[in-house]
Amino acid sequence: MEAAVEAAAGRDGLVRTLRDTRLIFLRYVRQALRNKVGVVFGLVQPLLYLVLFGPLLSKVGGVQGAGGGNTWRAFVPGILVQLALFGAGFVGFGLIADLRSGVVERLRVTPVSRLALLLGRVLRDTLMLVVQAVMLLAASVALGLRAPLWGIVVGLVFVALLALSIASLSYVLAMVTRVEDAFAPLLSTVTLPLMLLSGIILPMSMAPGWLDAVSRFTPFRYVVDAARAAFRGDFSSAPVLEGAGVTVALAVVSVALGAHRFRKENA
Amino acid sequence: MIEARGLARTFTGKHGTVEAVRGVDLSVASGEVVGFLGPNGAGKTTTLRMLTTLLAPTAGTATVAGRDLRADPAGVRRRIGYVAQGGGTDPSVPAREELELQARLYGVTGADARIDELARRLELDGDGLLRRPSAAMSGGQRRRLDIALGLVHRPPLLFLDEPTTGLDPQSRGNLWEHIRRLRDRDGTTVFLTTHYLDEADALCDRILIIDQGQIVAEGSPAELKRRVSGDVVTVELGASGASPAQVADRARTALAGHPAVREAVVLNGSLRLTVDDGERSLMGLIRALDEAGVELAALRMARPTLDDVFLTVTGRSLRDAA
Repeated sequence: MEAAVEAAAGRDGLVRTLRDTRLIFLRYVRQALRNKVGVVFGLVQPLLYLVLFGPLLSKVGGVQGAGGGNTWRAFVPGILVQLALFGAGFVGFGLIADLRSGVVERLRVTPVSRLALLLGRVLRDTLMLVVQAVMLLAASVALGLRAPLWGIVVGLVFVALLALSIASLSYVLAMVTRVEDAFAPLLSTVTLPLMLLSGIILPMSMAPGWLDAVSRFTPFRYVVDAARAAFRGDFSSAPVLEGAGVTVALAVVSVALGAHRFRKENA
Repeated sequence: MIEARGLARTFTGKHGTVEAVRGVDLSVASGEVVGFLGPNGAGKTTTLRMLTTLLAPTAGTATVAGRDLRADPAGVRRRIGYVAQGGGTDPSVPAREELELQARLYGVTGADARIDELARRLELDGDGLLRRPSAAMSGGQRRRLDIALGLVHRPPLLFLDEPTTGLDPQSRGNLWEHIRRLRDRDGTTVFLTTHYLDEADALCDRILIIDQGQIVAEGSPAELKRRVSGDVVTVELGASGASPAQVADRARTALAGHPAVREAVVLNGSLRLTVDDGERSLMGLIRALDEAGVELAALRMARPTLDDVFLTVTGRSLRDAA
């Protein structure tokens, strides 16, 4: 009897979480659509890398692990990961604005599912990032990227999961710091080394032993390597499997951390 | 509607522990408008945040709108509305979208009709107002939108945190009207915090005075004022020769034995007397001061206000404390 009641409550909770997630997701999608300029400007920096830096690499040519004939295949996955790192990294600022305007508190007094308050936002951020990534990929193809379609799709899945993780972590950091003045320096302190250690611009296989070893402790390295392998069409290679494992683990841990923080009272 | 016992909250931070609220007992009956009056930092907002499930109490129990605060916070949330001090709207989101989201989150059926009804009642129905984001609204309109958001699900109990802070006098009066109507028409219980005496006086059936995290007095505005029995005479003293403190002391000694004087307090260099039948005893007071050689600069007499109540209860002026 009690078990049945609990199961019913659990099912209600799930239905409520899904319904609320959709409502929160739509709220923030509408917010993003009101600010189309922001979506486009988020693309400017990776596009600049692509246009102003990419051609240099094709001169360096067959750098180790760069994928032989088509250097774009090695370069574009790195730029995608960079887009995820910086694009999703900054979403915490939106939460700080909502904390300040009282929106967070207003929503917390409603019976809304606490998990939905996180998931709705994070899914919006992931969607925005995938849209940006597709635009970036179209530009890359125009510039000379040649890769199997399935490879690109798998690469996109990696980037989407990465964006989901980074957005969750960005919200956790924003919740902890609560003001831009503390959040901004913390964010750049965290993202810059992560970007450099992930081998976004040049593959880490070119790094000296110590640097290569350090980079193995950062998750993005595996994601970049996996996306590169996918772009080459090596779906069953070790980097893709490793990358898939690391990306899924990162997503689970990040969302769990975010959920814990959002559930916590007075968060 | 609200029944709280020993509610307390302690914050532990870098600068040690702060007991923001130390054991608050309160009862609010259905259909009452109750004001929580106290200076800034007295613990009003902290108490409100505990009663609205935003903050877990460190001690104590409470039943809010028929649900246990600790055991069933979700049940409390479904039955209360809360309007925070700074409001809760995104400045860029059109008002109607905010109301629609709020209605869906509460699972309100017939949300559109409910939103139109609220807009009509709270004078938000003019001129495409709901299509505007809150950034494009006046302070009074934004406040009424905040209240509409708190009322969307027809809660029997509404919490308002400093509802008129920052509003111009006209908007304040208008908002008071709306709050009164909530009770008169729908029987909504309203629990509000304020540090404005006139607001508590004009709006509340009952007032709880909170100071330093504890309730120090409660009653209807009239009852509270009756506690300050008699009239309040403020004597400003001339300060020739002796120091102001000495003069004030001498004045107090001179009047302490006077039969009409119930209480004499020195406050900011003037003497504040609580006297029976002020109009008649005034002449005698002046004579007594004159005999004691105390020079008078000015003399004022007033019926007691809530500020006098606060002063009597805490020994400080609400204005100074705030």
